[in-house]
Amino acid sequence: MLQPDWILYILALMALAGGVMAVTTRRIFRAAVYLLFSLTALAGIYFWMHYEFMAAVQIIIYVGGIVVLIIFSLFLTHQTGQPLPEPAPLQRWGAAVLAAAAWVGMAVLLLDLPPALREAAMPTMSDIGSALLSVNETGMALPFEVITLLLLAAMVGCIVLALKDRTALNT
Amino acid sequence: MDVLNFLLITASGLFFIGVYGFLTRRNLLTMLISAELMLNGAALNLVAFNRYRWPEELDGLFLAVFIVAIAAAEAALLIAIVLRLYRNTRSVDVSDITELKH
Repeated sequence: MLQPDWILYILALMALAGGVMAVTTRRIFRAAVYLLFSLTALAGIYFWMHYEFMAAVQIIIYVGGIVVLIIFSLFLTHQTGQPLPEPAPLQRWGAAVLAAAAWVGMAVLLLDLPPALREAAMPTMSDIGSALLSVNETGMALPFEVITLLLLAAMVGCIVLALKDRTALNT
Repeated sequence: MDVLNFLLITASGLFFIGVYGFLTRRNLLTMLISAELMLNGAALNLVAFNRYRWPEELDGLFLAVFIVAIAAAEAALLIAIVLRLYRNTRSVDVSDITELKH
């Protein structure tokens, strides 16, 4: 049976505490920075699991892309120093009880799972690369191409949405 | 505690923290932060199952990578919409955005 060690406990605590602070703080810039801590700790968990590719994707896209995008849009749309409004007490405690009860129920169910397997041979980086682009029955070439189309459509959509108005298209 | 159970409980914790934030926040950008936490919980769930149930396969890892790619597209589109709304209404609060109501 594989046991978590203290590094994993610290990383999971960082991820959960960063998440809690990100959703409860009333300063919106701090929420984005706490999200950054949470995502970085999650990348550390992926490193701990020896999935270096997933950890690199997490750091490059989430930490380097999405969080920076969120912080930029915060700077464009918010005044510094104005705290967010408090949620109504009923809404806050109702949501807290609902989320905590669902988590406890989920944890009770998850504790009954059979334990993890012993370590097996891990796929290497070249296995990941060839599986991502191969067309046999375990290959991922079709989802890969669909994702590229999705990203292209999202990119064009962002440009169209963020244009100043219709007349800017004609000039 | 076993490592798989521990990782799955952590993942569901992240997911429900995101649910709590989504239910209490009234600002589009903090709601986006909550949604990112939920997506990260789901990705950690898939990666943990892949690593400790079928360590020689890669399907869960690829699903998680695709979740990250879709989250990037979603965040970019939402931020474009937020900037557009801010230009029209000077607010990113969901209770101020009522133009599509009859």
